[in-house]
Amino acid sequence: MNITEHLAGLRAEAPAHLLPRIMAATGLADRYVVRDSVLGRVFVAFNDRGVSAVDLAPSPQEFEERFTERHGRPAVPAEEVPAPIEAHLDRAIAEGKPGKLTLDLAGVTPFQEAVLRKTAEIPAGEIRPYGWIATEIGRPGATRAVGTALARNPVPLVVPCHRVVRSDGRLGDYSLGDRSNKGRLLEAEGLDTGRLARDAARGVRFVGSDTTHIFCHPTCRDARRITTRHRVEFRSTAAAAEAGYRPCRRCRPAAAA
Amino acid sequence: MNEPIDIDRLPAALARDLDGAFPHLVRALQDAVFSGALRMTGSRADAEDVTQEAFLRAYRALGDYPAARIRNLRLRGWIWTIAANLCRNRARTLARRRETLVSEPTVAVDPEAGPEQRALDLIGLEDLAARVARLPWAQRSSVVLRHVVGLGYGEIAEALGRPLGTVKNDVHRGLDRLRTLVTQEAP
Repeated sequence: MNITEHLAGLRAEAPAHLLPRIMAATGLADRYVVRDSVLGRVFVAFNDRGVSAVDLAPSPQEFEERFTERHGRPAVPAEEVPAPIEAHLDRAIAEGKPGKLTLDLAGVTPFQEAVLRKTAEIPAGEIRPYGWIATEIGRPGATRAVGTALARNPVPLVVPCHRVVRSDGRLGDYSLGDRSNKGRLLEAEGLDTGRLARDAARGVRFVGSDTTHIFCHPTCRDARRITTRHRVEFRSTAAAAEAGYRPCRRCRPAAAA
Repeated sequence: MNEPIDIDRLPAALARDLDGAFPHLVRALQDAVFSGALRMTGSRADAEDVTQEAFLRAYRALGDYPAARIRNLRLRGWIWTIAANLCRNRARTLARRRETLVSEPTVAVDPEAGPEQRALDLIGLEDLAARVARLPWAQRSSVVLRHVVGLGYGEIAEALGRPLGTVKNDVHRGLDRLRTLVTQEAP
């Protein structure tokens, strides 16, 4: 062999992680990591704007396919997580609220974003009806659209759409994997979903205290402190108002549209 | 990013849909860029950084170019107009260092061979690479682009911004110097 043939032998293959890195650097791909949650391992994608997706998938390939289908760009495995995301991600997943975690909601409409931001305010262990979200964001009557917006929540768990349920007390649909996951998440937050379902079936929508004459959503932190002896049940805000009760300022029960 | 796009069809594809075709550009050229950067800088870490940075700059440049200009690019050489400078900035004082032989010979030594042949056959790839990394920059960049990356002289002249005759001369002298380095230091 002469020297030029030896030199040709100095060709090397680019390491496999280079392509994903380049795609992420150009912004043509998001990056993702796998994290633990109540529902098992979840895929979390992010880019320079923040967390762009939280999803359950049987395999990285399936996650990548679903991500590309939905967001129109690839997601590639991340070698490292940027400090601002790393610092807040596990807590956001564990507590079911974004907290200081920044989210990339660039792909959603202003209405969807308003729905998601309002949903993020619901404390762990509490639930609100779809109609409550609609009223709170100034779009009473848009209950169905709220449901649609939450079904497309790109960042479930972190934006806790599992805490938004039907006004008849049934849990309703859930976007992250099987719909039973909604109940699993609420149970993990300490909710007795069986009891909620039985109360709802009896027509209980709100509960009040006969000492304070304030009424709440049944899972409101203040409602859960009412002792059985003083607990009063209502089928509607109108019934509560007629009985001389005022709405709780914390959970702001609103008339169903 | 499923079916690869042939390099000859890439300029048209990039002009039409930069974001869609760019991953294909990276796939088509990343081994060449990485190989060249590795041998110019003598460091895998530097070569990775250079390769990533070169493609990032290429993406931004393509975003600024009019479609007609992209369609006329000769991509294999053009990427080196970006990558060669990045390599040069990282190819620090390698020329001064004197490595000991570390790698195993990759071919059987022919007992009939002359001294240069014998020396080359005895030297492993990494030791040859170390000697390439000790060439002066003008010779090193030209030799690597010609014989590791496999560019034509015209493409190399364009990539390095040097006259064609100079590039040919640098390759020639670089090879001579390599032969000397290899023969003198053969075990």
